[in-house]
Amino acid sequence: MMEPEEVRARLLAAFPDADIDIVDLTGTRDHYQARIVSDAFEGKAPLEQHQLVYRALGEAMNGPIHALALKTYTRATWAKVQSAKGGAR
Amino acid sequence: MSPELRERIEKTLGAGRIVLFMKGSKNFPQCGFSAQVVSILRRKNVEFVDVNILADPDLRQGLKEYSNWPTFPQLYVDGKLVGGCDIVTGLEETGELDQILASA
Repeated sequence: MMEPEEVRARLLAAFPDADIDIVDLTGTRDHYQARIVSDAFEGKAPLEQHQLVYRALGEAMNGPIHALALKTYTRATWAKVQSAKGGAR
Repeated sequence: MSPELRERIEKTLGAGRIVLFMKGSKNFPQCGFSAQVVSILRRKNVEFVDVNILADPDLRQGLKEYSNWPTFPQLYVDGKLVGGCDIVTGLEETGELDQILASA
């Protein structure tokens, strides 16, 4: 397992501009859901975006974190998703 | 990764156009994420080969390196990684999955 603050710190180290939202899905600190909004994803396919995230987490994905549901957005696509929902939540 | 393992991965990928490496089998998925991808593929009415990585630790570890992708399920079409559960689900929502599965 890994503390959510640690997950966030690793992600921020790789994506300094990112807005990150982390949810511990099971309360056991090993099944997470993460939403990452960063311009580091600009021009990259979703597959590559997720690969960047996995690379940032490195060995943490190989044991401490069992599952990670991922949503990655650039600032532009996140703004689009938000407006499609009819405003901020 | 050893050349033997790489060869085995590539041979497994050649077993069908659509190959799903998953936890459990398509008839008995042992993980919710794997089950979700199976159910999407079933809805698409496409033939796919399922490979239970829980039964093959070497293959499981090798695939993580092979595609720089640390989790399962992993869906491959024509030998190329499409993605895991989140990406497949996203592609299904946008309608892109149909094109990917149909591409030769």
